[in-house]
Amino acid sequence: MSLRVLVGVKRVIDYAVKVRVRPDHLGVVTDGVKHSMNPFDEIAVEEAIRLREKKHVKEIIAVSCGPAQSQETLRHALALGVDQAIHVQVNPKDYANMEPLHVAKIFKKIVEDHRVDLVMLGKQAIDDDCNQTGQLLAALLDWPQATQISEVSIVNSKQLNVWREIDGGRELLECDLPAVLTTDLRLNEPRYATLPNIMKAKKKPIIQKVPSDFQVDIKPHQQIIDLVDPPARKGGEMVAVPLD
Amino acid sequence: MPGHMGSAFRPLRGIQILRINFEYQIIYVKGYSVPGSIGNYIYVKDCWIPSKRVEFSYLLKRSKGTLVLAECSAGHDLNLITLNAISAAAKLGDVSCLVVGENNESAASKISTVKEVQKVLFAQEADEYVFLPHIISSIILNCHKKYNFDYILGASSTFSKAVLPRVAAKLDMSPLTDITEIKEPDTFVRAIYAGNVICTVKCLDPIKVITVRHTAFQAAKLGLGKCEIENVPKGEHKKLNCHIIKQALDTSERPDLANAKIVVSGGRGLKNKENFKIVYDLADALGAAVGGSRAVVDAGFLSNDLQIGQTGKIIAPELYIAVGISGAIQHIAGIRESKTIVAINKDADAPIHQFADFSLTADLFEVVPKLTQLLKK
Repeated sequence: MSLRVLVGVKRVIDYAVKVRVRPDHLGVVTDGVKHSMNPFDEIAVEEAIRLREKKHVKEIIAVSCGPAQSQETLRHALALGVDQAIHVQVNPKDYANMEPLHVAKIFKKIVEDHRVDLVMLGKQAIDDDCNQTGQLLAALLDWPQATQISEVSIVNSKQLNVWREIDGGRELLECDLPAVLTTDLRLNEPRYATLPNIMKAKKKPIIQKVPSDFQVDIKPHQQIIDLVDPPARKGGEMVAVPLD
Repeated sequence: MPGHMGSAFRPLRGIQILRINFEYQIIYVKGYSVPGSIGNYIYVKDCWIPSKRVEFSYLLKRSKGTLVLAECSAGHDLNLITLNAISAAAKLGDVSCLVVGENNESAASKISTVKEVQKVLFAQEADEYVFLPHIISSIILNCHKKYNFDYILGASSTFSKAVLPRVAAKLDMSPLTDITEIKEPDTFVRAIYAGNVICTVKCLDPIKVITVRHTAFQAAKLGLGKCEIENVPKGEHKKLNCHIIKQALDTSERPDLANAKIVVSGGRGLKNKENFKIVYDLADALGAAVGGSRAVVDAGFLSNDLQIGQTGKIIAPELYIAVGISGAIQHIAGIRESKTIVAINKDADAPIHQFADFSLTADLFEVVPKLTQLLKK
């Protein structure tokens, strides 16, 4: 078996952090805030590694688009067992305008350049909550897609079976490779990076790219006008007895 | 009144007042359209100037076309969240609604009775393809080629979320997920960071591909109109070998979580699957749907599609009862819009208490069965 897998990883504000809106209402405070790998992407990385352990996969390439700090996220992916990392460096100003469509266009080029057979992405990033990149990429490549997968089994080098989470239950999908998959939380329990692996990951090179290497123009399709905190709910009442 | 036609009072605009003589109650006026010759008297009285009758929103409406992707279940029933998407679409322009499926005539005719819908497009696609995003998106693109829509919408279900970004990519447009409000024809509101930040975003694309959070819009009513049903061809798509082999749907007598008026949900505090029975009992007494936090779904007490929160279902029932749920950010994201929230948790410091309208700090194993008993009476 010799599949080449691409995993997309995004650096996001850690899921446990309470985010605060910037005073100019055009972004959230990110300086000095704990960041980590998007939880859904961690699951995608884990699944790719498991598929390699089952000898279905030859090589795993992790890609992250973002500012210089995204390298930390890629290092983490390398420490978990990814073979190759590509960092598409976007300066912070452009990164604020970056949308799933731009990411999908960059991924498309990487998929073509590296002759990738399977793309695994998280179903959504927990910061913008878009849930789009996988679908956009599948459309650009004209590949089949399976979103929100909770189980995947590779039948042979040409075909895979996946269970998808849908409203009201699950569905079993059979599709040909190449394909784009996006992960649901149910798929697996991501492992932790061990210290020796973290040390080893520091030696692995990260390939540096910029969006213009892929002829992708990051022109905004959307413009953020205002960010605000959600309306606070009025404090409730404590009830003494349930019989009130 | 001097001059000819002096028998009727008329409102006059743009008259200059020169001087007012309070003693004789005379106003000296000068202006273009003052009737009579110079030096004559006219009577002046209070009047009401009608406001301008031109409604810009109406004009805007006529020029925009919106397509709503209808969602049907495997049993050919119309999924009611489509109606919420229709009412959102009606705010933007003329609504066409696309129904796909071989045996979905009943759903199509149901939608044709919605007053807000001007046209139902019906694509006779084999049932086995109805849930495949690459096929549905090609049908949508076909319809778009014919009618040139300005907006393509769907309710934010797993189905639309899988299909619509694919449509957007083919059109080279950036889609918008889960909008909760329409501010302007091109400006929308959506929640980010698990609902902790509300974002107003302006869409610069000529065609706007949007999924609508159904809890944020009223459902359009069935049975108030009648519009034509037009057959549209199947899509042309690249042959992709991708099939649905089977769907394993949960069958339950309880109301659907997404549309339920009352929802009872359980969390880690229930400790095991057997204890979940007290949640079911309470839900049955109230005629409510049952949901759960991620903790219980992960532990296997409940099936995955009943998870409420950022990554599960987002609901907005009239009454939400959280039993043994601490209230993590990710869970709150799914219930923020509920009308009334009741929390039952023995930990007085649980974050859910700050969020609930009524909270009860008590052991759920004592309180919930008692509550069920009382409701049954």
